[in-house]
Amino acid sequence: MIDMLLEIVDLHVSYGNIEVLHGINLKVAQGEIVTILGANGAGKSTTLLTISGLVRAAKGAIYFDKTPLHKLHAHKVVKEGIAQVPEGRRVFGTLTVQENLNLGAFVSRDSARVKRTREWIHQLFPILAERRHQLAGTLSGGEQQMLAIGRALMSEPRILLLDEPSLGLAPLLVKTIFQTLRQINETGVTVLLVEQNARAALKLANRGYVLELGKIVLEDEAKALISNPEVQQAYLGGIA
Amino acid sequence: MEQFLQQLTNGLAVGSIYALIALGYTMVYGVLKLINFAHSELVTLGAYLGLTLLTSFALTDRMGPLLGILLLAVMVMGLIALVGAMLDRVAYRPLRQSPRLSAVVSALGASIFLQNTIMLIYGARFLNYPHDILPKMTIHMMGIDVPLVRILILFVSLVMMGGLFFFIQKTRIGTAIRAAAIDQGAAKLMGIDVNRVVLLVFLVGPALGGAAGLMLGLYYGQINFTMGWSYGLKAFTAAILGGIGNIPGAMLGGLLLGVIEAMGATYISFAWKDAIAFLVLILILIVRPTGLLGERVAEKV
Repeated sequence: MIDMLLEIVDLHVSYGNIEVLHGINLKVAQGEIVTILGANGAGKSTTLLTISGLVRAAKGAIYFDKTPLHKLHAHKVVKEGIAQVPEGRRVFGTLTVQENLNLGAFVSRDSARVKRTREWIHQLFPILAERRHQLAGTLSGGEQQMLAIGRALMSEPRILLLDEPSLGLAPLLVKTIFQTLRQINETGVTVLLVEQNARAALKLANRGYVLELGKIVLEDEAKALISNPEVQQAYLGGIA
Repeated sequence: MEQFLQQLTNGLAVGSIYALIALGYTMVYGVLKLINFAHSELVTLGAYLGLTLLTSFALTDRMGPLLGILLLAVMVMGLIALVGAMLDRVAYRPLRQSPRLSAVVSALGASIFLQNTIMLIYGARFLNYPHDILPKMTIHMMGIDVPLVRILILFVSLVMMGGLFFFIQKTRIGTAIRAAAIDQGAAKLMGIDVNRVVLLVFLVGPALGGAAGLMLGLYYGQINFTMGWSYGLKAFTAAILGGIGNIPGAMLGGLLLGVIEAMGATYISFAWKDAIAFLVLILILIVRPTGLLGERVAEKV
């Protein structure tokens, strides 16, 4: 069996008295692209927020390369090599593009390395280099998404968590962003992708999980999920 | 003209003290969205601690006025910073997850507690700063004689504000503070320890407030346990005038309020000094509800 980079074991999460994740098991191997599909309120975002430590687990465990993440504070999780592109992008609107990127590298002290990473990100998204002195809030939605991804990459993560990167973007832009995600993955960064755009996500991913009302109901190779009638019915609009 | 320049320099000196206090309000508000009502008491405490340290160590006699006051300022700022951090730990941090109103009530309670503590320790009467700490020199400039203390206050305040501005705008930690003020969750995702940002804000803001208290003592010569209330209110006004949560705004608002007040007192009526200051606040808020440099406060959900 392959060593798992990220392993979630029997994860329960509650908001107040209401449990929203009822014992999730999920594994991501080094180098994979894994996607979590599901409707609104299924618990996809909660899963990512719990990995990043912004939401606390009520029960269960999350291991990253054997390190128990569920015991760490959010700011320490980043140091372990986990970066998240949060839902709705959440760029720092009144800071410049450059400042946003630099904040992504807040945990790394090696300035030469930070500079190299920034150059790589400027190659991935040339628009960010062009607009480096502009306030992030003045960027278009697509550019903000690129900034959010670039910012997350600045910490040189081993795994990149993305929450709905296609949200509110034009189809052409979604395509560009997903192509870039593949490029990023090819450099060795593992990707865990939460998406409502199931078709685009399954085309990109190696494997997928389907989350329904806080439980994993399906887990398979991405190709198998695309041709699964239930998945087609519920998430791909009935047409393959 | 001479009177105008005198009042201008006076207004700038007082305004720079307002600005230093306003920075404490605005920084805490920026990160926690909390009005730290106890901040004004930290200013008072700064004035009292300054007096105590000054007289008990006879700093200015031993080291000369300038060096003595500099050392005094460092000590006062350090001690008030510690009190500020303790205030957060005791009064605000336990309520971080509670509704915002609980923290406001706690702030009011802390304010009353500190004010009464100061009264119990130092008494309710006015205390006087020694008259002879700073030489009673005046400096001749632009055709008027300006008291040295006024120039020193303005100069030192501007240096501190410049330093803070540089720290917030240009350094890694300063950028982290700004990020935490915009979106704490996203800041955590960057690996920023938001609790430490809050601690830092509760060290820097009170340190500036303590310095302001010391300056008030040196400038006016008299201190009282309720003094923080009126200066705190003015500084809070200045923070809103400039746009609360905005650091350059607090600086601008403070200086502006000081000058407006000095001019109003001279040319309109001394008795209406405070009313004029607040009238200007109301007028500016009618035209710019977010304050002069404020932005998108209403957008926060």
